[in-house]
Amino acid sequence: MFTELNSILNTSPESFTPGEFILLSDRQSDASFLIHHFLSFYLKARCKVCFVALVQSFSHYHAVSQRLGVSLTQAKEKGQLIFLEGLKESLSVFLPQEENPDHQAMSFLRDPAAGLRSLYEFVQSSVVGSSGGGGASAEQWGPPVLLMDDVSVLLSLGVRVGAVLDFSHYCRTTVCSQLQGDVVMLVRCDGEAEEDYADDEGSEQLMRGLTHQSCLTLHVQGLPTGYCRDIHGQVEFCWKKRQSDGQHAPKKVFQFKVHDKGVSFFARGTSRAVL
Amino acid sequence: MAAPVKSVDKPPAECSPLNFTSFQKKSRSKSLSIPGTRPSVQNGQLLVSSGVTSLDYLLGGGLAVGTVLLIEEDRYDSFSRMIFKYFLAEGVVCRHELFVAAAQDDPDDILQELPAPILDDVAIHRPGEQPRMSCEPQDTLDAMKIAWRYQNLPKVQSALASSSRFGHYYDVSKTMEPEIRQAAKWHRFYHPEHPPLSSGTHSPKLESYSALLKSLRDVIQREGFDLTAPLPKSRNILRVGLHSLGSALWGDDLCCHDNPKNVHALTSFLYGLRALLRTSLSVAVVTVPSHLIQDRALMGSITRLCDNAIALESFKGSERETNPLYKDYHVLGRWDNLGTKRREKPPACTSGTSSELFGKSSPRPQGSGL
Repeated sequence: MFTELNSILNTSPESFTPGEFILLSDRQSDASFLIHHFLSFYLKARCKVCFVALVQSFSHYHAVSQRLGVSLTQAKEKGQLIFLEGLKESLSVFLPQEENPDHQAMSFLRDPAAGLRSLYEFVQSSVVGSSGGGGASAEQWGPPVLLMDDVSVLLSLGVRVGAVLDFSHYCRTTVCSQLQGDVVMLVRCDGEAEEDYADDEGSEQLMRGLTHQSCLTLHVQGLPTGYCRDIHGQVEFCWKKRQSDGQHAPKKVFQFKVHDKGVSFFARGTSRAVL
Repeated sequence: MAAPVKSVDKPPAECSPLNFTSFQKKSRSKSLSIPGTRPSVQNGQLLVSSGVTSLDYLLGGGLAVGTVLLIEEDRYDSFSRMIFKYFLAEGVVCRHELFVAAAQDDPDDILQELPAPILDDVAIHRPGEQPRMSCEPQDTLDAMKIAWRYQNLPKVQSALASSSRFGHYYDVSKTMEPEIRQAAKWHRFYHPEHPPLSSGTHSPKLESYSALLKSLRDVIQREGFDLTAPLPKSRNILRVGLHSLGSALWGDDLCCHDNPKNVHALTSFLYGLRALLRTSLSVAVVTVPSHLIQDRALMGSITRLCDNAIALESFKGSERETNPLYKDYHVLGRWDNLGTKRREKPPACTSGTSSELFGKSSPRPQGSGL
């Protein structure tokens, strides 16, 4: 959890607006540090987290979260975290072995053109199970949260853009509207925004569609002037609806630098290297 | 020198008579100590050398175990092939196991063309020779009077001392000697040897890629590289070299058509490869003829599925050959993907789109890595 990011977003683990769809996007950069922030943020906020990790292994997130002060294995044991390791489960679909039972969540890989129904059913069973009132031994967690890292790899695996947008809409309805939880998704884009690539309409379409569905967007980009050792990029915050105090500007831009144990955000031009 | 420290678990009476001291170094770290690897200074990941020392520097110390390096081939596949062979040669010198897959050349031929390592300071391992370690004292002529503590050490290091060095230099003008090459354990996958099976699943993957993935998974599980299974006592690294994936010889039409039929076959394979590597002690180098692929978005998704990507552009035959800026260099390398596993400290001299020159031509035929 990055404290500076919390102050920019005006949230804290004790009080955050429920029912939000937060979109993390990047263009020719890497926004995965934001996923680590939100993962540790919601775990510290005692929410029930369903994490669909499609591009990295569990040990990767575990190692980074330990540096941020959260233990993923403990959260998994307590039942607070449901972790879908997409890489591992995809192997059992690509290389089926008779003795291994078929894992449901990634079975869409067998026929990606058909859609993401199996993945949605997995998400639904994980988040609905929390609010379904467990026994006396089950701890009561906060509102459910769905984290996805990352959505654009589904396009590489053969899923259509429309199917991914449908999936995100279903997740938003279930988690945000019905259960008053949050959804955080990461989408990655490759090309330049200005040029109109006819071939990259897949990920551009997906990013535009998800931006339309979201209420808060954090867009990570590299610096337009190139590489800098002290500034690793800039983040653009975009709020859709007005905040409760009504004073917020809808857009803010900050620059950031990634450290070993956190990320520091600063206004443009106020990097320590410059001042 | 300090007085000998009593070891924690052995009483002094049980010390072997040849150990003059009962000092035992307590090794606190449980990290794997596999020859040819070293932990990264940034985040403790296990790194192996790619064979090219300057490339190791650009990668932040070396290739991380469990990751994929994508090399976008240059036009005539000359320098990408050279880096491919350097990677395999480094594996032979470090006693790692190799897995070589190709559709165009027989993997045996690729292995015979490996460059010769420069090992002039270390004796080459000859399997027939007896190691000179012996417990009984040497002849009185050889008995040491002053440095008597070193009496029982072997006179000549009879094994390749590659575990102490990370990264070697190679002589491209010579090929590796057969004795060194044959000491290496390796596995092959030659695509024409695997006829297509009739599979009932209509997955987007091609049968050639499925067979390759299955063969790699079988090697990983059989030879003990799988991290989910209990590992054998002596651990090793598997170096996976996949040559020219996506080319027509693999049965893929990515390079032939503007709108290929199996658009997601290669990306699905790379996803499965990533899954296999993350759970095993292996590292992969994949070369792709990207100059034949018209779809830039597809190249972008291929690049993002690999942890590191470099694109090579050879100067031969291009207009840059006569540009005076590039006269000392053979090839231009472009960094496409910084790698997400080491995001805390990006390497010192590259960004997402900047280029890095390497490939100096040197007047001496030997020694300079690319």
